[in-house]
Amino acid sequence: MAISRRKFLGWMGAAGLGATVGKSAHAASNKHFEGFPDSMGVLHDVVRCVGCRSCEAACNSVNQLPPPDESFKDLTVLDQKRRTDAKTYTIVNRFETAAKNQPPLYVKDQCNHCLEPACASACFVKAFIKTKEGAVVYDESVCVGCRYCMIACPFEIPTYEYDKVLTPRVMKCTLCHPRLLEGKLPGCVEVCPTEALTFGKREDLLHIARERIRRQPDRYVDHIYGENEMGGTSWLYIAGVPFSELGMREDLGVTPAPALTAGALGAVPIVVGLWPVLLTGIYAVSRRKDKIAQEEQADAVAAAVATSKEEAKSELEKVLAMKEKEKETAINMAVKKALEDAAKEQEEAAAKAQEDAAAEAQDDSEPKQTEEDS
Amino acid sequence: MDGNIFTLQDFMYFTKAITYLVIVAALIAFPAFWLFLTDRDE
Amino acid sequence: MSDTKTTTGGTLFTPFNMVAGLILLVGGIVTVLRFTGGLAAVTNLSDNNPWGLWIGFDLLVGVALAAGGYVTSAACYIFGLKRFHSAVRPAILTAFLGYALVVFALHYDVGRPWRLPYPFIVQPGTTSLLFEVGACVALYLTVLFIEYTPAPLEWLGFKRARNIVVKLTLVLTIFGVVLSTLHQSSLGALYVIAPSKLHPLWYSSYLPVYFFISSIIAGLSMVVFEGSLSHKNFHDKMDETHLKEADGVVLGFGKAAAWVLFGYFIIKLVGLAVDNNWHHLASGWGLWFLVEMLGFVLLPCYLYAVGSRDKNIKLIRRTSLLAVLGIVLNRFNVSMVAFNYHLPSSERYFPHWMEIAISLFIVTIGVLAFRFFVTRMPILYEHPDYKDAH
Repeated sequence: MAISRRKFLGWMGAAGLGATVGKSAHAASNKHFEGFPDSMGVLHDVVRCVGCRSCEAACNSVNQLPPPDESFKDLTVLDQKRRTDAKTYTIVNRFETAAKNQPPLYVKDQCNHCLEPACASACFVKAFIKTKEGAVVYDESVCVGCRYCMIACPFEIPTYEYDKVLTPRVMKCTLCHPRLLEGKLPGCVEVCPTEALTFGKREDLLHIARERIRRQPDRYVDHIYGENEMGGTSWLYIAGVPFSELGMREDLGVTPAPALTAGALGAVPIVVGLWPVLLTGIYAVSRRKDKIAQEEQADAVAAAVATSKEEAKSELEKVLAMKEKEKETAINMAVKKALEDAAKEQEEAAAKAQEDAAAEAQDDSEPKQTEEDS
Repeated sequence: MDGNIFTLQDFMYFTKAITYLVIVAALIAFPAFWLFLTDRDE
Repeated sequence: MSDTKTTTGGTLFTPFNMVAGLILLVGGIVTVLRFTGGLAAVTNLSDNNPWGLWIGFDLLVGVALAAGGYVTSAACYIFGLKRFHSAVRPAILTAFLGYALVVFALHYDVGRPWRLPYPFIVQPGTTSLLFEVGACVALYLTVLFIEYTPAPLEWLGFKRARNIVVKLTLVLTIFGVVLSTLHQSSLGALYVIAPSKLHPLWYSSYLPVYFFISSIIAGLSMVVFEGSLSHKNFHDKMDETHLKEADGVVLGFGKAAAWVLFGYFIIKLVGLAVDNNWHHLASGWGLWFLVEMLGFVLLPCYLYAVGSRDKNIKLIRRTSLLAVLGIVLNRFNVSMVAFNYHLPSSERYFPHWMEIAISLFIVTIGVLAFRFFVTRMPILYEHPDYKDAH
């Protein structure tokens, strides 16, 4: 649980604010990376392997792994196809050849120490590092135990201590990195009795492998497994049969793991840069629309109110006019009536006066009339 | 490593770390600039 | 579910409560086993199958089904569809609970859960899509929490704090959509690194796009689905606005889901074309792929469309369940069924019953928490003091 030196770096280290300025990508112009120069690797010559399991035993002892269930001398273990597990960094598997009467073939399996490791690309605490020596090493002091490295690894190598409660670790071959730093060979290479394993600079190993294939084209197929698989690995394999017959996948492609995720990772900052612009734009447009709709509504209401006011006014005026007229009429009528009354009165009075006068006149004229009659 | 990056993995590690810092800055800058842009709107 | 009656105070021993209690009890026991015996004690995880149900269901499905939060708030606040306003609060609550439970569930799955903050405080692995997921989920959980706080603040009567939070609505909504876009898609992008392990019919460099677009479908469908459950169980908690808008939400979301499903179907077709995967359709895997594509993408698309045309609320509600199951199926296919397709069946993964128990345990906690909040806080109704606050 010791805190690693890398822990101190934290965010600033990740950003490399100090260091990155001075760092330039090797051949940065086309972003092509060749890997660490002079990094080491192992060449596994499947033709030479006799399946003695000495490498397994050596690996177990130099890495202080727990003792195995069956002795390393017990070759019946080979009857079943095995894979690495939390107590085993490396295993040897036996494959019967398709051709009759041929001896079986043995293949050693362990971490291939990719040049561009998928586990390192996948790890969200950077617990895996590709060292300049060639080993891919794991730092348990930061590991959260998400096991994404195991999902990512195309060779199905990392394993997990599922039975540990507090300190479960990812377990995998380290290419004996601590031993390399001391100038020693990896445990498995050191002990191999048939030189089926050759340790050296990866460049040199590629030359050796090509040379063997060139010299004995009938013993080897013309394929160095690991030269290009998943962008290349530090472990290289040559064999007499196609690797697919040795339980090794030939459909992995040559794209290194970090390149597979580059597209998805590259989209992240672009989304952050453009989504707020787009979304705020949509928001602004929808709000503007709302506002225009609101203004239009307000205008309509105002117009409606204005119209109704106008109408009310004219109505009032009409009413007033009518009232005025009515009043006038009433006055006129009243006046007329009064005049009529007055006229009537006058007439009556005049008539009366006439009558009176007539009556008087009759009184006066009657004797006259009689006088006239007689 | 004398100032050079030799693997795509390391290159991506450094560039993505800087990208993440840019992202954080962007998330702060966007609201700030939006306020600057619109604070005189009625 | 249908036995949940919220009006009653005294009847603790309803069938629902008893079943829930039983699940909680079993979940509690398994929890103890998990944290005293390690992952091996309760899971079927192996070196070949490092991710099981707790990633496939609790993380992938959990996050997808919690997409209703960003979908609804974006529709209402960004696209200005105010008639969906009453759907925002329940959707935000569901999303908040969903994400909180996803983070809770991750504590079971990872080996050393107390180190979950390590990527952010100790050593970030910036090349990892999982780092991206983790960062966004952590940030989005915070955003959802703030978005959700007006409800408890109204409940508690803290007017001032509540008004401050409400002012932040727009910026929180935009943050929410950005972060959701990123982590919904990144969950799919997790598998982009493993082209040799995921069956070609499900593997695609478009996986992040597929996960993002299908999360919109999941979000829309979950709002409808959860709405129909709420109507059954919390009808008495809904105010007039909610009830009045509910049918509009169902129709609008059903129509949107039909449209998005159609687009999703087309981009899945594009995926087949660009990788030239047609010949795989003739295999057993192809049949299973067609079941997913036709039965759980095209069929819900059609049913949503019919429901939307006929204004058939019932049909849309039923279709939402089908669409949700389709999302579950898709996430299961990517994370478990079609993952490690190359391995012999003896090395394939099937969840241990205790893994299923923990997943049920977590869903039950979610349902109970939802009930707790809905029956107390102004989620399905508007607080009388803040009626006009839109």
